[in-house]
Amino acid sequence: MDNVRELALEQARLHGASRIDGITLRIGALAGVEPEALRFAFEVVMAGSIAATAELHVQAVAAEAFCEPCHLSFAVESGLCECPRCGAISRRLLRGRELELASLELV
Amino acid sequence: MCTTCDCGLPGPQRVDVGAALLSRNDALASALRQRFEAAGVRAINLLSSPGSGKTALLEWLGRHWGHHHPMAVIVGDLATDNDARRLQAAGVQAVQITTGQACHLEAAMVADGLHRLQHDGVVLEQLELLVIENVGNLVCPAAYDLGEAQRVVLLSVTEGEDKPLKYPATFHSADVVVISKIDLAEVVGFDVAHARRHIERVAPRARIVELSARTGAGMDALLEALALERLPACA
Repeated sequence: MDNVRELALEQARLHGASRIDGITLRIGALAGVEPEALRFAFEVVMAGSIAATAELHVQAVAAEAFCEPCHLSFAVESGLCECPRCGAISRRLLRGRELELASLELV
Repeated sequence: MCTTCDCGLPGPQRVDVGAALLSRNDALASALRQRFEAAGVRAINLLSSPGSGKTALLEWLGRHWGHHHPMAVIVGDLATDNDARRLQAAGVQAVQITTGQACHLEAAMVADGLHRLQHDGVVLEQLELLVIENVGNLVCPAAYDLGEAQRVVLLSVTEGEDKPLKYPATFHSADVVVISKIDLAEVVGFDVAHARRHIERVAPRARIVELSARTGAGMDALLEALALERLPACA
C-alpha cells in the first residue's frame, strides 16, 4: 500500500495536481494480493496526504491460461490451471498476476 | 471544469498511469539476481505457513550438506532471532531480519541481510547456496520477487492435502513444492497422491519433493531439484 501512495503522489506532482479524488488499481486473481486487505489499509496509508479523501477502485483481472494441446485459452478458476476441455495442466499463464496503478483522478 | 462550484478551475482529470506497483522492488530484485548469478551462488526463496518446517529443513542441510558446501541463510520473522540462532547452532551462517509488522520480506531487506552477512565475514562468491527463509505466511510473500533463482514452497503433511487449493497465488509461483514432515504422513492420515494432484493443478511449473527433516528422506531429491550437488555417499 505504501507503494500505491508513493506512485500516486509522484504522478500527482508530475501533473501539478492539488488533490487526488480517485485511485484505480488493477489486481490479478493470482497476484497474491487480497483486495479486501488493500481497502482496509487504504485510508490509513493515505491519511494526511492529498489523497486522504480519494476513493479506491479495484479492477479485478481474472486469470487466464493457454492450453497448448487445444491451442485455446481458458479461464483459470480458483487458481486451477487445468484445461476444462482436455484436462491438461497449463504452464502458460496469460493474465492474472497484474499488480498495477491503472489510473488516477486528479484535481 | 470544476464540478463543485463555478470557480472556473479545471475539474477532475483522469490520468492513465499503468505502472507496476512493485516496480521499485522488482528493479532491486533484478539487481540482486544479477549479483547472485555473477557470484555463482544459488539463491532460493523459501516460503510456507508458520511451522511447516522451513528452519528444520535448513538445519538438516547445515548439518549434513553444509560441511562440504558453503551455505548461508537470511531469515525473516516478525519478531525474535530464534531461527537465526537455531541455524547458527547447526553450523550455518545466518542473519535474522525482524520485520516488525511486515508479513513478508522485500528485496531491500534481502540487500540489507546480505550486507550483514558480509560483515560477519561471508563472501558471496564463496557460497554455493544462499537461502532466503521468508516470513511464515502463504499470502503476501508471493508478490515480492527477492532475486531468487528458484522459489520453494513447503507444505507439511499436518496442514492437510487441500492447502495448495486455498493459497493458489503462492503455489502458482513455486518452482519446487516440498511436502515436508513426510514421516508423519501415515500417522496424520495424509494422502500423498491426493496432495500431489492438488499441487499439480495450482503449481503447474513445480517439481514436487517429499521430504523429512527428521530422517533426511528426500533431501537428495531436493538438492537435485535445486541443481545443487548431492549428498556425500556416507551422509
